[in-house]
Amino acid sequence: MNKSVFFGALAGAALAGGVASAATLDDVKARGKLNCGVTTGVPGFAEPDANGVWQGFDVAVCRAVAAAVLSDPTAVEFVPTTGKTRFTALASGEIDMLARNTTWTFSRDVDLKFEFTGVNYYDGQGFMTPADLGVTSAKDLDGATVCIQTGTTTELNLADFFRSNNISYEPVPIETGAEAVQQYNAGACDVYTTDASALAAQRANFEDPSAHVIMPEIISKEPLGPLVRHGDNEWADIVRWTLNALITAEELGVTSVNLSEMGGGTNNPEINRLLGTEGDLGAMLGLDKEWAKRAIGVAGNYGEIFEKNIGESTPIGLARGLNAQWTDGGLIYSPPFR
Amino acid sequence: MTSIADHTVTRSKSSFKLSMLLNDTRYRSFTFQFIALIAIIAFMAFVGGNLVRNLAEAGLNISFQFLKDPAGYDINQKLIEYNSQMSHGRAALVGLLNTLIVAFLACITATVFGVVAGVLRLSNNWLVSKIMSFYVEIFRNVPVLIWILIIFSVMINALPAPRDFRGDEASASMVLFDTIAITNRGVFVPSPEFTNSLSVAEQDVAEDGSIVPAKGWQDFALIFGVLFLSWIAAKLIGSWATRTQEATGSRPTTWYILLAVWVVPLVAVLAFLGLTWDVPALKGFNFQGGLQLRGSLIALWFALAIYTGAFIAENVRAGILAISKGQTEAAAALGLRPRRIMGLVILPQALRVIIPPLISQYLNITKNSSLAIAVGYMDVTGTLGGITLLQTGRAIETILLLMLFYLTVSLLISALMNVFNNRMKLTER
Ligand SMILES: N[C@@H](CCC(=O)N[C@@H](CS)C(=O)NCC(=O)O)C(=O)O
Repeated sequence: MNKSVFFGALAGAALAGGVASAATLDDVKARGKLNCGVTTGVPGFAEPDANGVWQGFDVAVCRAVAAAVLSDPTAVEFVPTTGKTRFTALASGEIDMLARNTTWTFSRDVDLKFEFTGVNYYDGQGFMTPADLGVTSAKDLDGATVCIQTGTTTELNLADFFRSNNISYEPVPIETGAEAVQQYNAGACDVYTTDASALAAQRANFEDPSAHVIMPEIISKEPLGPLVRHGDNEWADIVRWTLNALITAEELGVTSVNLSEMGGGTNNPEINRLLGTEGDLGAMLGLDKEWAKRAIGVAGNYGEIFEKNIGESTPIGLARGLNAQWTDGGLIYSPPFR
Repeated sequence: MTSIADHTVTRSKSSFKLSMLLNDTRYRSFTFQFIALIAIIAFMAFVGGNLVRNLAEAGLNISFQFLKDPAGYDINQKLIEYNSQMSHGRAALVGLLNTLIVAFLACITATVFGVVAGVLRLSNNWLVSKIMSFYVEIFRNVPVLIWILIIFSVMINALPAPRDFRGDEASASMVLFDTIAITNRGVFVPSPEFTNSLSVAEQDVAEDGSIVPAKGWQDFALIFGVLFLSWIAAKLIGSWATRTQEATGSRPTTWYILLAVWVVPLVAVLAFLGLTWDVPALKGFNFQGGLQLRGSLIALWFALAIYTGAFIAENVRAGILAISKGQTEAAAALGLRPRRIMGLVILPQALRVIIPPLISQYLNITKNSSLAIAVGYMDVTGTLGGITLLQTGRAIETILLLMLFYLTVSLLISALMNVFNNRMKLTER
């Protein structure tokens, strides 16, 4: 899969007279569909439901962009990617954007030449073990067998953590999250490590979630967010400001419930600019006036999306924590709409 | 004879016309080959030029500098010293050795499976031959990736986890006098250690005053050296016995000399080194000590062997059927028993038919071993072509290196097998 993508890209690069020009927006409009890369399945973040419709926190970003650009939140082709295939898929143009709990790092931004358009979840790497092993701290994991997904930042943090604490481990590299969970549940590894949010999400799907504990240590910073290719700034702006629109909507109290009412005009100029009743921010993006209104209309604002998919009322039960609005002591902060 | 040749040459030289390039059958094929060659070169140049230009435009320059950078990731199975601070190049080397290990093991095992199944498929026993046809058909006709996954998931789910060995009412226990642990993380077997190891200048002493055994390549080199000398001695004794037999007509009894030649030096060297066994024991999360054959290695090895064995079985069968029945009858008339007929008369001749396709099967095993990542076995595709590629983004460089590697290994295997084939070939007189 990975290699075929690579050779496809290579052949494409070799045969095309010049690199496909940068106008992703035109491509998406002409296609009438947004190709959005997601995971192969992490509950709450991106997973097809019983009817085969993709649902989740990352999926919501794809749908919001599709609504803003194509006026249709269902005009999305979800492309499942693994830790290994995601970057080739994006670089080769197979997908227009990647919304797959991907960590924003220096080398991915600078060396791999991607453009992170913001952070939709501030995360960190954690460890999960079966409760009956009686481990209470990650520092007690000397000699443990650890399941990891290859091609992730997880793999590198893990090596650093064990090395700096002078303890040993046996890595078991695995391609997809589902296989990792399978091996972990069969006892082929003692520990499963990945982003803490994904641990909580996977655990929610276990037969008996309470039989597994997540260690208190968070060993890394994992700012997760959507990304696009370097070099198409117009397209990057659209994805960035769609995410910002969802965040700003929460900050300003625009919800799926009051959206149509507020869309008629309010006495808060920033809400008016956001929803297109004042000024024309949409035109600057190459979109129409109501782009942000449609994006928010899909599933509500950032907070609503969070609560519905991964919040405390769901089986995944993540608290807002770092992901609360800056006004509530969190890190979620959008630049102003003006 | 010579005059006719001279005549042709002079005539064609004297009357060569450009149109003959197309009209004359002597030249036409050359013309077309030449045109095809030019076209291929032009196409390659076009593709290559575009590739380089487009890559440069995308800001991707080809550079192998990353091989020197620290890899940053760990590898579970390593034959040579490796840690995450070492370079990507070193990680590639570790993966490369892992590829060679699994390919080597699988080639040998596949040959054993193949020869047994191929011979037995021709058995007169209806049940045996049907079982073998069943084996061949079922394994040959399902993709090897599926077999790898099936075998691996059966291992993971059917075998006990190390924690099942713990406690008083453990649900699993070690086998063979508590020396071997079969778990879903792999099989732990005892490994030899030496109290007088050559690998350390001075042996460590534990707190309770006992000597801590060690092991190193020097110890094994010594043992293999002794075995090699024994082998030479055994050969010399064998040829002495043959000479005596030819001179006197009766072969001297040599089995007890041979036994001594093999056993005495070996026992002596093991006693000198102070052989003990490092028996695996459950410590902490996992079994510690001994040698761990990881589940990923076993699954990949076994799947490749059993899958390719089915193909080899067919080659073996074809080789045997190619030997005329008269040979069997003649050997039987000389009074040879069926097993000796197979071993002394049929198989040696059949080898000539079997070896060439066997080479392709060995190449297939080596290349199919790149499916290793499916079970998390860290072969060269998993390290260089997997993690390194992803962490550095150097897709083109790593894939080029991989291609170069597989090409080299395949050519080496072919070369070795061709040498073997030439030795087996019918010497024509
Ligand atoms: N944030 C890390 C790790 C991302 C990652 O691979 N997360 C796992 C968590 S389970 C995942 O999404 N797995 C699902 C899949 O393989 O499709 C990175 O960007 O490298």
